[in-house]
Amino acid sequence: MPEAPLLEVRALSAFYGDFQALFGVSLAVERGEVVAVIGANGAGKSTLLKSIAGLMPGQRDAVLFDGAPIGDLPAQRVVARGIALVPEGRRLFPSLSVEENLLIGGQLRRPGPWTLERIFALFPALAERRHLPSTALSGGQQQMAALGRALMSNPRLLLCDEISLGLAPIVIRDIYARLPAITAEGTSLVIVEQDIAQALAAASQVYCLQEGRVAFAGPARAATRETIAAAYFGV
Amino acid sequence: MEWANTIVQGVLTGGLYAMFAAGLSLIFGVMRLVNIAHGDFIVLAAYLALVVIETLGVDPLVSLLVVVPLMGGIGYALQRGLLNRTLGDDLLPPLLVTFGLSVIIQNGLLELFTADSRRLQAGAIEVASWQLASNLSIGVLPLLQFAIAVAVIGGLQALFYRTALGRAFRATSDDPAIARLMGLDNAHVFALAMALSLGVVAIAGVLLAVRANFDPAIGPARLIFGFEAVIIGGLGNLWGTLAGGIVLGVAQAIGAKLDPGWQLLAGHLAFLGVLAVRPEGLFPRIRG
Repeated sequence: MPEAPLLEVRALSAFYGDFQALFGVSLAVERGEVVAVIGANGAGKSTLLKSIAGLMPGQRDAVLFDGAPIGDLPAQRVVARGIALVPEGRRLFPSLSVEENLLIGGQLRRPGPWTLERIFALFPALAERRHLPSTALSGGQQQMAALGRALMSNPRLLLCDEISLGLAPIVIRDIYARLPAITAEGTSLVIVEQDIAQALAAASQVYCLQEGRVAFAGPARAATRETIAAAYFGV
Repeated sequence: MEWANTIVQGVLTGGLYAMFAAGLSLIFGVMRLVNIAHGDFIVLAAYLALVVIETLGVDPLVSLLVVVPLMGGIGYALQRGLLNRTLGDDLLPPLLVTFGLSVIIQNGLLELFTADSRRLQAGAIEVASWQLASNLSIGVLPLLQFAIAVAVIGGLQALFYRTALGRAFRATSDDPAIARLMGLDNAHVFALAMALSLGVVAIAGVLLAVRANFDPAIGPARLIFGFEAVIIGGLGNLWGTLAGGIVLGVAQAIGAKLDPGWQLLAGHLAFLGVLAVRPEGLFPRIRG
């Protein structure tokens, strides 16, 4: 019998009050795999990540992690299982220094390869600024700190929500260049992106969401410009 | 020299006000909760100390060993069982619920202990003092209280900025949803903050009760002193809170010196003066 995927999302629905944002979304992430989730604004990409991370109320059996149902666990218990989210807009803690932001990411003391020293080795710009308030960082450095903060929990699955948002292309390339160092540790990645080219280059599987439904799913190399355009805009 | 004496007494009283304020400020800082029952918890701690002293026959300062953990436990249970349910985008529910608690505590104490005013007896230390000059003497007890206040504020400052628990408090205050992503349970963090606040309240309550008479109805006035010290010092700055307490204490001492009826009025005027000139307080928190 083949091993169950690391993450399996089955017919997940999500609501903001009366508004339904996701309609029966299904998705699978294998161990060590990079999966890209693309789609237009409001397609439900961030909602999907928030549902997996436990920030949205959910159905128990809609999210399976390592075979165990976690769909109804609150965020603080999901991260303890090994799923970390890099939230959209970075959301660093403004009253904490750069180093404190990283330390609080690791406060559960989950064992694993990532330590303060290794984060600073991966992002040397942070090491030089470790005692500055997180608000004193540039956008790219803040994104590195947000990634580092999530890595400090030694996740088996890292969810990245629009890590390129508002950053210069050269900074985006710089950040994406560090992702292989993360997957090399056996961590699986789910990348939500607006920058389709960047996402397709980094991922092996791609899901395209459209108005809360999966409009396309398949290997990234099979996704042509035409299929993506059709799935993206529904034309 | 008489004036120097007045100011020194005011400064020493200010330490007590700063402790009233520190507990309030901590709770507001971590979870945006204004605890209207804060003053009544001060009085509750004084009565708990009274019971402990009468039961065990110990000194008021020794009774802290029992009263502080007890109040901390009450704080934790209260936050988890009741106050966490009132927190949300709306500031009104926690205000109403803590107002209700204030009424309940006052009337509960009235039932149990009557309206008679009480005092904790600390023995010889109460009247001991050092004569510094012909007209200037410092009571050992007020000085000890001031030293405890400085130690408590310094301890809170260190806890907030040097420990993992302090990081958790600041992170949860900044962004509760993202704090959950770090594995922090908001309900538990808030309950720990309330436990800490009521622990500080316990120290303040016992020190107050050694120094002055208390009865079940004096809580709300202590709440006002705490509020005023927080606002004068600047919200979210613990050392500022100490300065705020001292400003209030000195203003009251000067008012009382001019006319015994002006003590409270002078404190309120100092508060209004600061509010008019520097609404953000004397030492607002520096951000970023």
